[in-house]
Amino acid sequence: MLELKGISKTFFPNTVNERRALKDVSLSLPEGDFVTVIGSNGAGKSTLLNIIAGSLPIDSGGGSVVIAGKDVTKLPDYRRASLISRVFQDPQAGTSPHLTIEQNMSLALTRGQHRGLGPGIGKARRDYFRKELTVLGLGLEDRLRTRVGMLSGGQRQALSLLMAAFTHPKILLLDEHTAALDPQRAELVTTLTEKVVGEQGLTALMVTHNMSQALRVGNRLVMMHEGQIILDLDEEQKRYTSVADLMDQFAQVKGQLSDRTLLT
Amino acid sequence: MISAVEQGLIFALLALGVFLTYRILNVPDLTVDGSFTTGGGTAAIMIFNGLDPYLATVCGFVAGCLAGAVTGLLHTKLKIDALLASILTMIGLYSINLRIMWGPNISLNLRPDPDNPGTSLKITHVFTGLQDAGLLYSWQMVGILSVVVAVAVAALVWFLSTNFGLAIQATGDNPGMALANGVSTDWTKMVTLMLSNGLVGLAGALYVQFNGAADIQMGIGMILVGLASVIVGNAILGTRFMVLATLGTVVGSLLYRLIIFWALTWEFQFGDFTFTTSPGDMKLISAVLVVLALVISHVVSKRGLSLSPWRDRKPPEPDSAPEGVAQEVANA
Ligand SMILES: Nc1ncnc2c1ncn2[C@@H]1O[C@H](COP(=O)(O)OP(=O)(O)OP(=O)(O)O)[C@@H](O)[C@H]1O
Ligand SMILES: [Mg+2]
Repeated sequence: MLELKGISKTFFPNTVNERRALKDVSLSLPEGDFVTVIGSNGAGKSTLLNIIAGSLPIDSGGGSVVIAGKDVTKLPDYRRASLISRVFQDPQAGTSPHLTIEQNMSLALTRGQHRGLGPGIGKARRDYFRKELTVLGLGLEDRLRTRVGMLSGGQRQALSLLMAAFTHPKILLLDEHTAALDPQRAELVTTLTEKVVGEQGLTALMVTHNMSQALRVGNRLVMMHEGQIILDLDEEQKRYTSVADLMDQFAQVKGQLSDRTLLT
Repeated sequence: MISAVEQGLIFALLALGVFLTYRILNVPDLTVDGSFTTGGGTAAIMIFNGLDPYLATVCGFVAGCLAGAVTGLLHTKLKIDALLASILTMIGLYSINLRIMWGPNISLNLRPDPDNPGTSLKITHVFTGLQDAGLLYSWQMVGILSVVVAVAVAALVWFLSTNFGLAIQATGDNPGMALANGVSTDWTKMVTLMLSNGLVGLAGALYVQFNGAADIQMGIGMILVGLASVIVGNAILGTRFMVLATLGTVVGSLLYRLIIFWALTWEFQFGDFTFTTSPGDMKLISAVLVVLALVISHVVSKRGLSLSPWRDRKPPEPDSAPEGVAQEVANA
């Protein structure tokens, strides 16, 4: 479903501020893989997601992004939107505050399609939105005409998640989408995530800083460090791994890397 | 007084254009100062040369669209800041407008008869009929202009509720969200800027015919007229619903003209010296009005005051506190 080959990303190339955020990363996700991504700050997790979404171009030199058999390496983000849905860390980022819940959902429903002069909201759409919102269990189905800016962060994030998922995207990208929420709401959104991804069999990448969550959720785990994938656990391996194991792994790799940098 | 209402209606079209950029797209678009004259000048020169006045009015709209397209291209393709791009277009348009108009002004009264040198023909424009019947300043004229404005409001409200219209609204509200949902924000910005300046050009085209003359200076300060109308109107009727937001803009435009009309009747006595306001003071009055409008709308929104029966009263709800905290609060 997703093929990343030889992806490198350098910010401010050939300057004193040069920063290699990704170094020759390759990753392959078969359909239905739900991968959690962990790694320290600056490891390149968000950069990786931005590159998949097309918000950032990759360094020239041969890397490629293929989604559902389609080479999208050169397409800008808005032209990949028919294949990809995203939920951002910031609850404000994924919805349009001055538009109503139903208008936001209408935009998500037409994601990546040609938008013409047909009505944005009709009876059929409204019924469909109401039905979908019921799943969240937040009572939003009775507030279709409320402006999204009036909702709390948790409600907005739950709505963003629903909007991202209900169009059955080929890839769902979640970048620390529960990080800005209080523990209770974070738990709710995590549960919803597992539910929608599981029910629809979506292929998803979820960045998180919560190691136990990373182990618990999904069927594969990837650890990143300094722009590289340093660990890739499948479902089986994941089951027998504890947070302590992950910490150990991390310390080890970090030690190795710094040894290497010391030697060279 | 009736003349002020009529002008208010003509300038309501301009205000609706400004509404599109300032409120929907979230950029103050100064192209308006140029495109008003572009639209008016295009219509005027066509009418002066004996072309169909309705066609000329439509061409005024199209000319405005083209002016908006220039700002759009500067902004989206050449990545120039939107405000700066609009200033560049506005300045450039001054020269273009002089070319279009073949000079600094055109009078839409008489024109030389091409067939009989030395004699003149009377120019017909869209308001000629009413003018000849002595109805240029009448409630009939107000009625006709009201219909035009009502059609524009209805079209705008409908347009913004379509799939494409929602994409435009999202572009101004949260561009990142729009992009993530597959909206080509460059394209939506282009279309909005064109449509907005098209309306401004249309207002210009109607204004020169109402006024009976076009002048290269007539666009100066038009952005303030538009902003004042939008800000005042939205403070009064709110922005909760598109219908009210657009109608508010029309109301704002009417109020603006009435205030100007009233301000021009002021007379101050300083001892022996009488000071009366003159048309030259209009620009200053406009600027002061915009400042007042901004201050008033700020107060109105802060206090939640609004004449609109529908408004966003409540602040965003906080997430419900975790159970434990709620319990503690309840116990305290
Ligand atoms: N737009 C940008 N411009 C310049 N440098 C950037 C940009 N985005 C990321 N970087 C750099 O790239 C590196 C990787 O950043 P990235 O945001 O991908 O890390 P991350 O793994 O998501 O970290 P975090 O856990 O803090 O979110 C960092 O060193 C960062 O400073
Ligand atoms: Mg990040």
